Amino acid sequence: MNSLDNLREVMRRDRVFDFMLQTTGLEVDLSHGTILYLEDISVSFDGFKAINDLNLYIDAGELRCIIGPNGAGKTTMMDIITGKTRPDKGSAFFGQNINLMQLSEPEIAQAGIGRKFQKPTVFESHTVFENLELSMAGDKRIWPTLTAQLNGIQRDKIDEVLEIIALQEQRNLYAGALSHGQKQWLEIGMLLMQSPKLLLVDEPVAGMTHQEMDRTAELLTSLAGTHTVVVVEHDMDFVRSIARKVTVLHQGSVLAEGSMDEVQADPRVIEVYLGE
Amino acid sequence: MAKLITWILLIIGITVVSLNPTYASGHPIADAAELLKSKKFTDKYRAIELLEAEGSEQAEKILIALQESRLYYLKRDKKLIILAPDAEPLTATNALTHEDIGPIKKSAAKKISLNNRMRSQIRNVLAMMDLRNPLADKRLAAVNQMLDNPSAESATLIQTLLIDEQVPEIREAMEIVIALGKLTSGDKNERLTAVAVLDGNIHPAVRNGLRKLQQQTTDKAFAADIKQVLDNIQAKLQLYSLVENIFFGLSLGSVLVLAAIGLAITFGVMGVINMAHGELIMIGAYTTYVMQLLLPNDIGLSLLLSIPAAFVISGLVGIAIERGVIRFLYGRSLETLLATFGISLILQQTVRTIFSPLNRSVETPTWMSGSWEINSALSLTLNRLYIIAFCLLVFGVLYLVLKKSVLGLQVRAVSQNRAMARAMGVRSEWVDAMTFGLGSGIAGIAGVALSQLTNVGPNLGQAYIIDSFMVVVFGGVGNLWGTLVSGMGLGIANKFLEPWSGAVLAKILVLVFIILFIQKRPRGLFPQKGRAAEG
Amino acid sequence: MRIINLIKHDRGGQLFLSVLALATVLIPLLNLLLPEGHPLHISTYTVTLLGKYLAFALLAIAVDLAWGYLGILSLGHGAFFALGGYAMGMYLMRQIGDRGVYGDPLLPDFMVFLNWDALPWFWYGFDMFWFAILMVMVAPGLLAFVFGWLAFRSRVTGVYLSIMTQALTYALMLAFFRNEMGFGGNNGLTDFKELLGFNLQADSTRIGLFIVTALMLALGYIICRAIVTSRLGRVAVAVRDAEDRTRFIGYRVEHVKLAIFTFSAVLAGIAGALYVPQVGIINPGEFSPLNSIEMVIWVAVGGRGTLYGAAVGALMVNYGKTYLTGALPEVWLFALGALFVLVTILLPKGVIGLMKRKEAQS
Repeated sequence: MNSLDNLREVMRRDRVFDFMLQTTGLEVDLSHGTILYLEDISVSFDGFKAINDLNLYIDAGELRCIIGPNGAGKTTMMDIITGKTRPDKGSAFFGQNINLMQLSEPEIAQAGIGRKFQKPTVFESHTVFENLELSMAGDKRIWPTLTAQLNGIQRDKIDEVLEIIALQEQRNLYAGALSHGQKQWLEIGMLLMQSPKLLLVDEPVAGMTHQEMDRTAELLTSLAGTHTVVVVEHDMDFVRSIARKVTVLHQGSVLAEGSMDEVQADPRVIEVYLGE
Repeated sequence: MAKLITWILLIIGITVVSLNPTYASGHPIADAAELLKSKKFTDKYRAIELLEAEGSEQAEKILIALQESRLYYLKRDKKLIILAPDAEPLTATNALTHEDIGPIKKSAAKKISLNNRMRSQIRNVLAMMDLRNPLADKRLAAVNQMLDNPSAESATLIQTLLIDEQVPEIREAMEIVIALGKLTSGDKNERLTAVAVLDGNIHPAVRNGLRKLQQQTTDKAFAADIKQVLDNIQAKLQLYSLVENIFFGLSLGSVLVLAAIGLAITFGVMGVINMAHGELIMIGAYTTYVMQLLLPNDIGLSLLLSIPAAFVISGLVGIAIERGVIRFLYGRSLETLLATFGISLILQQTVRTIFSPLNRSVETPTWMSGSWEINSALSLTLNRLYIIAFCLLVFGVLYLVLKKSVLGLQVRAVSQNRAMARAMGVRSEWVDAMTFGLGSGIAGIAGVALSQLTNVGPNLGQAYIIDSFMVVVFGGVGNLWGTLVSGMGLGIANKFLEPWSGAVLAKILVLVFIILFIQKRPRGLFPQKGRAAEG
Repeated sequence: MRIINLIKHDRGGQLFLSVLALATVLIPLLNLLLPEGHPLHISTYTVTLLGKYLAFALLAIAVDLAWGYLGILSLGHGAFFALGGYAMGMYLMRQIGDRGVYGDPLLPDFMVFLNWDALPWFWYGFDMFWFAILMVMVAPGLLAFVFGWLAFRSRVTGVYLSIMTQALTYALMLAFFRNEMGFGGNNGLTDFKELLGFNLQADSTRIGLFIVTALMLALGYIICRAIVTSRLGRVAVAVRDAEDRTRFIGYRVEHVKLAIFTFSAVLAGIAGALYVPQVGIINPGEFSPLNSIEMVIWVAVGGRGTLYGAAVGALMVNYGKTYLTGALPEVWLFALGALFVLVTILLPKGVIGLMKRKEAQS
């Protein structure tokens, strides 16, 4: 029996090349209650310091809003967390055990960090349903993907998310045909399909009507607790409606942190936003 | 009437007399002529000495004829004659009067025989005569001839002449001859000084002489000295060959830069893939060809006029391509690639139809042919030298245009942020057309330069398109300096690989190197950094 | 059963496969049964010509898989095609045996001509058909794998990738032109005698090759169709449309690209192996960048991202080429050039797209 198992292991198609091995099946260790550690991070483009000695900690289950004027480094910070940009120095940990600096983007996604882009990016030549199907958590290596068939549980999961993002009727529509707000939601839906531990949401309500905005706020607050949500947003009303804790970024580092009221009362924040 | 004829005859007679000097008995040439006819060799030696002392052109002619066994005397009247070389039937001239004797039978004449001593005597005398020749060119040639076959004898000969010699070039050559002669001297000190004089001299004769001596000498220390000097010379030669290789590399690099720099604008600045770029180069080359047909008598002028003409014609074709095709495809770069490739096929076939598929050769003006000989080991061909200079000139002008002119400012604005530039009142369509025209015009100019190096044919462009893209990509897209450095670098690399790998393999190696390099640094040698480049 | 599922919703594919099946049966029959003078008789020459077109159609499907679904405009498929062709050519060369001009039992003629005294190591094994067929797939596959592994990992995309593949093809062309490479230099490999014991000049062999090519085309289509309808196929399209997004939902984009690109190269190699015995020659000209880019235009003409469109495009353009180079040789390059320009500007979805639009309007 044992030798048969060994043989199976040897014959496994995906073990032919070591780079086809999944390096992360690692469960994130949240024993200290903190899901994200960013410490002493700096990055510069052509001498311009986009991030300058940034220190940021996010607690598990938290809903954190990050605000800051243009060029404060919000998107660059997201790029660093998701592995798109490598910092010049500093360290980034996901939970106690996962060093984000050593992982590639898909590995980070597999580890449980999902990201919504500033500009909604969905797969326009796929239907809404297919968009969700592709995002679904699961084995994303070549051969399993080639032979994958949807089962009932997975269909139910997709239907569930379709309901959350209110796109049931558009399920067989090409994503390219959706409105701007619907694309935003579809992208959030795709995040949910990944069942991430940490959601990074970049400007989720840009281009939404007030009604849509309210629904989005509702959605994000309902996600907090089971997931950790980090929202980057410009719209102060929206931030006020969802925020429990707000971090203000300025010139690539944290300027202030606290509740919305505390932050708004901070003279440094006022100076940054309103000038002298 | 009769009086007139007498006058005419008299004038002719005087003319003939003055043209053909006759030598009366007692004149050295006449005496020598008599002596040569003697059976005794001692008389003949004496004759040669007389001729040498006389030293005129006529004496030299007689000596040469004697050396080449063409000096005869007629059995009939003992007149000394010179047979024309290789003429059939035999013709002869009077050796003293220069008078044509016309065809003669060989049996009617008797050859002046000569022995080996006479031969070497004549050789020396002739060399001596050349060495004393009033024309500097003749003297230099004579000294150089001695370099090829040095001897102690010639060294002593030259020694006497060195004092009077004024031309530095000739003096230098003479000193080598003397030193080479002294190498065979019995005096060891003299040999050592000679070796010291020859140190660093790259004339091939020096190396031959030293090598011969190195083998002959039994003195080990002396042999080591010679070896040292030979090594020094070898090092110097290697340096020159390095310089020459770099020069060839730079000239090839200049061609690459010229071909690529237009692409650096259309591809690098505008982000447009123009596969017809090579054909724009070809059009420039054909413009040169047509200009030469129009001005067949002034090749130099036609070449100079070709530069603006090619710029305008290729530029206009480029603008037509941009307005007619590319502008419909902005943002769809893969489609642009295909469409412009189609255009390249059409342009090639058009040229084939108009000019025939055969290659045309474009003449090079005289001031561009020939080479600049720095010394016997290093000479730089002028056309390559001009190409390098031309390439740098074009690069400089283009750089200034992009950095300083209004068009340059607008081009950079549009390439960085089209929407913002439009909002600021830049007519972005006009800028697109002008930029594309500029890049295409530069391609045309590159064609003018290429026409001086290779044949002009319909496939000219194809040969350069892949190279050009490689240069731009390797240098870093959107960076003119990168294009310059990468073009020159690739040119030099190619020339250094060629000797041991052959031209084709060198090219393959360079291509493979770039392919691998791009995998390592996808943005080339000098990447544009930052957020703008991320998109 | 699965095959039927695959093409159930693929009307174009159904039509394509049906026509192909009909042609595979009918054309050999029309050639064999009808006498030569009969108006419906199809000459063996035409059958071979059609066989050549079908090999091109298979190649076009391979190009479409990479370009239409994965978004990789490969200008290297000419090289993969030629490598497959060379592998087959090497087998056919070894089959000549001592019937060559110089009669050497081991060395092909060109090696004798170059005064080589031994077979180069990379010619070993090509006397066995199975090995040659393996190499038909391994040679292009390996090249695509190594190149893709380097390129996709460092995220070389778009036109850069196209230019790199073109440079690769160009470098290979220069290399194969060299006599020292051991592939026959300028002249390539030719004068083939037989394949698996069948005389290549015989009509029956030619018809057999036509049928095999048609079957391989059908098989290639069905496999590609299976890939593009699988989740992997949808991931490929996702990579084409939003590469970063795909990466951020956890797919190893490089691996997806590498797998499909390599498969596409193998398919191109097989097409090359089918092509060579039918035309009787393979030379370095097949590596020319023009060839690679021409096959892209077949796909563009037919309509990319449909697979059968690519095959239809290949057939159309090649028929046009045969016709024009015969009737008006001067015009062919003009026509091809115009085709490039017009298709990209006016028919971005090709003929199939145009037909679909017409259908939707009526």
